[in-house]
Amino acid sequence: MIPAPAFLSNPERFMAFSRWAAPLFGLLAAGLGLAGLWLGFSAPEDYQQGDTIRVMFIHVPAAWLSLFAYMCLGGASFLSLIFRHALADAAARAAAPLGAAFTALALITGSLWGRPMWGTWWVWDARLTSVLVLFLFYLAYLALRSAMDDDAKSARAGAILALVGLVNLPIVHWSVTWWNSLHQGSSVFAKGGPAMPAVYLTPLLLMGLAYIAAFGSLWLVRIRGEVWRRRAEAAQARLAGA
Amino acid sequence: MLDLDAGKYALYVWPAFGISALVFVALIWTGLGFARKWRRKAEALAEQLAAVSQAPKS
Repeated sequence: MIPAPAFLSNPERFMAFSRWAAPLFGLLAAGLGLAGLWLGFSAPEDYQQGDTIRVMFIHVPAAWLSLFAYMCLGGASFLSLIFRHALADAAARAAAPLGAAFTALALITGSLWGRPMWGTWWVWDARLTSVLVLFLFYLAYLALRSAMDDDAKSARAGAILALVGLVNLPIVHWSVTWWNSLHQGSSVFAKGGPAMPAVYLTPLLLMGLAYIAAFGSLWLVRIRGEVWRRRAEAAQARLAGA
Repeated sequence: MLDLDAGKYALYVWPAFGISALVFVALIWTGLGFARKWRRKAEALAEQLAAVSQAPKS
């Protein structure tokens, strides 16, 4: 039997941890974000992209987080499905709106970069289309969860949908390798090291860390809300039976 | 030195940052609001439950 992480196995321990961790991650995100923006707006214009290079400092981290949030959603859904653990389901449910928001940001900021650089807002390119499919998976998950009143049934159905959607993650990641794509290939995690100068790489990595810290903070806050919601509903049910 | 002049690309650069900032504000606002709303409700119900369980049974 696979042991559930101790962190996820005890709501009391989680609430004690998240009480100080959520604001700490939030402060970390603000500090890293300010440093990243400062360096990003101090960097020289790119010789090809001009000032639109600055959109990369928010577009790329949003795209990373769209995948990372789905991995969190998938992992939590797996634990929820196997162990039927309420906190794992709360974590899955809390990750979905954040993932949807980061995916929407990746699509919108990418489009705002694409218009001046590619001459179009949108192309049915493998990378763009697979990210759109990822966004639709998030929306489908959110719609499914809000459509069912029974938490146990909703958790199971949502977890199955989330696990099916995991298939799309490698497609998103390798779409630029598998198909001829207008979207550029990986520049940061390229073979042989990052294919961009430090003057752009440093703010990009700082913004990436800021987005991860922001996701961590927002995720913990939302999981806490889910735990309170379940406690309120349990108390309501006990009061009704008293 | 900060370079905030996006020149001819300002029409694309600033909306990208503006929309990102708005989305972050919305995520923080809704997340904190959701957690606060249910914490208050859970605490109020727990108090009611405690009062009911302490009340003498007739």
